[in-house]
Amino acid sequence: MTQFDAASIRAQFPILAQEVNGHPLVYLDNAATTQKPNSVIDAIANYYRYDNSNVHRGAHALSDRATEKFELARAQLAAFINAPTKEQLLWTRGTTEGINLVAASWGRANLKSGDRVLVSAMEHHSNIVPWQMVAELTGATVEPIAVNASGTIDMDAFAAQLDARVKMVAVGHVSNALGSINPIKEIIALAHAQGAQVLIDAAQSIAHLPIDVQALDCDFLVFSGHKMFGPTGIGALYGKRDLLEAMSPYQGGGEMIESVSFTGTVYNQLPYKFEAGTPNIAGAIGLAAAVDFLQSFDRSAADAHEQQLLNSAQLQLLELGGYQLVGTSANKTAVMSFVCDFAHPQDVGMLLDQQGVAVRTGNHCAQPIMDQFAIPGTVRASFSLYNNQDDVAKLMAALKKAKMFLA
Amino acid sequence: MSEFGTEITSADIIDTLSFFDGWEERYKYIIDLGKELPALDERYKTDENIVRGCQSPVWLRSESRDGALFFVADSDAFIVKGLLAVVLAAYNGKTPAEVAAFDIDGYFAELNLLNHLSATRGNGLKSMVQRIQRTAHEAS
Ligand SMILES: Cc1ncc(COP(=O)(O)O)c(C=O)c1O
Repeated sequence: MTQFDAASIRAQFPILAQEVNGHPLVYLDNAATTQKPNSVIDAIANYYRYDNSNVHRGAHALSDRATEKFELARAQLAAFINAPTKEQLLWTRGTTEGINLVAASWGRANLKSGDRVLVSAMEHHSNIVPWQMVAELTGATVEPIAVNASGTIDMDAFAAQLDARVKMVAVGHVSNALGSINPIKEIIALAHAQGAQVLIDAAQSIAHLPIDVQALDCDFLVFSGHKMFGPTGIGALYGKRDLLEAMSPYQGGGEMIESVSFTGTVYNQLPYKFEAGTPNIAGAIGLAAAVDFLQSFDRSAADAHEQQLLNSAQLQLLELGGYQLVGTSANKTAVMSFVCDFAHPQDVGMLLDQQGVAVRTGNHCAQPIMDQFAIPGTVRASFSLYNNQDDVAKLMAALKKAKMFLA
Repeated sequence: MSEFGTEITSADIIDTLSFFDGWEERYKYIIDLGKELPALDERYKTDENIVRGCQSPVWLRSESRDGALFFVADSDAFIVKGLLAVVLAAYNGKTPAEVAAFDIDGYFAELNLLNHLSATRGNGLKSMVQRIQRTAHEAS
């Protein structure tokens, strides 16, 4: 592990050295997806160049090599979140698939009419809709946990909401729309005291905060590789062993079975029971390279760097006038969500794009919290460890120009 | 219903935009066009008239008079509204056959605005164009 050096980190991301619309690219859409360092790109290319083969099946050298790398990647990811065993780390396509898997497999077996599922009012749609789908099947209800005006969970309201009928509490570690870091340890303890299970959506925290599933004592935790410098199409679901053992498979097919006959099929053991079909082998190997990358420097220094960018961006934004922050929690990842009083967020986003600045505008797949705040959406600039003060300065210059145009 | 398509034609817009070389002047012009586009009366902002974009809705109301189609379109975003004006300049007051025959992609390419018609933009513009074309098809 080396010291965190923002300039040398940035140099590892080839995509950043390009022009967009005649301007040097300023990439501030990291909450949507992060860019990939050379090491990840190389790991994927080298896998296809030298090792490609199907896993767990072939009786030949390449298949053995691919299987070994694939399973090493699983062990590495499991260790990264401090899962007690690697069998509790299931590969998925990403956060969305992980939540759907739990909602379908755990939910259908454990929810019944009158049961309650609590999700925060600022969840991403992918941590709302799968629960609504299983609620429709089982007669359970999905209810929001109140979020106050600053974008933090109302913990008193949450505690008051809990009762024996609450079977699942599904919350994001960090809000993608606002950046708020939720007190998940407290949430988990409160939920457990009432006998409810907890799923943590770590999509937005995995690249920024250390995660220890045993210390948290969460029942399930999901995340996506592409938001932590890894490839798209790969992610992971962690679950407590007894829960995973008790759950039925999510999909049927090859790999997930022990034996198949027309009189009865025996499912494979963990984790394969939940991994039907040929997995995203290159994705898993690429994601392991992303973990290597994240462990190659002091992560707390990287976090401090991101926080500095956030603080200076937020101060400068308010100095510009006409722009207002949305989400003012004292604990945030480096997400600056804002609106303006002179135009629609989309206008601002389009003008930033013309100036080479990539941000996201819209409701960020978190429509309920936008409705609560009575806004059509926000402009969201989200910083990563490869961003720098020059990016902040360019964002500000672009915002100043956007205001000149629109106000 | 509006001067777009009658007073201000697609040829006028191509002509004016060709004078500008920088994106700034072009966008200023588009925003100004949007300001000239009459708003759609609130009572017509119904589910039936909504064209959903990922980021902001576009509303579109159409009417047929003497064999010609007339449209009113609206958006909460200035630039999208300006782009709606650009679209209406091409379609308003035209017969269904003229609407169907108009090469909208070519028009946007000529205006160097083609990226705004791409499906990924999610600004509702593409869906609005499709709805106008469908309206023309149904009226013909
Ligand atoms: C908080 C949160 N949850 C879930 C998701 C969905 O992740 P994915 O699209 O990678 O499945 C995202 C990503 O947009 C997110 O930010």
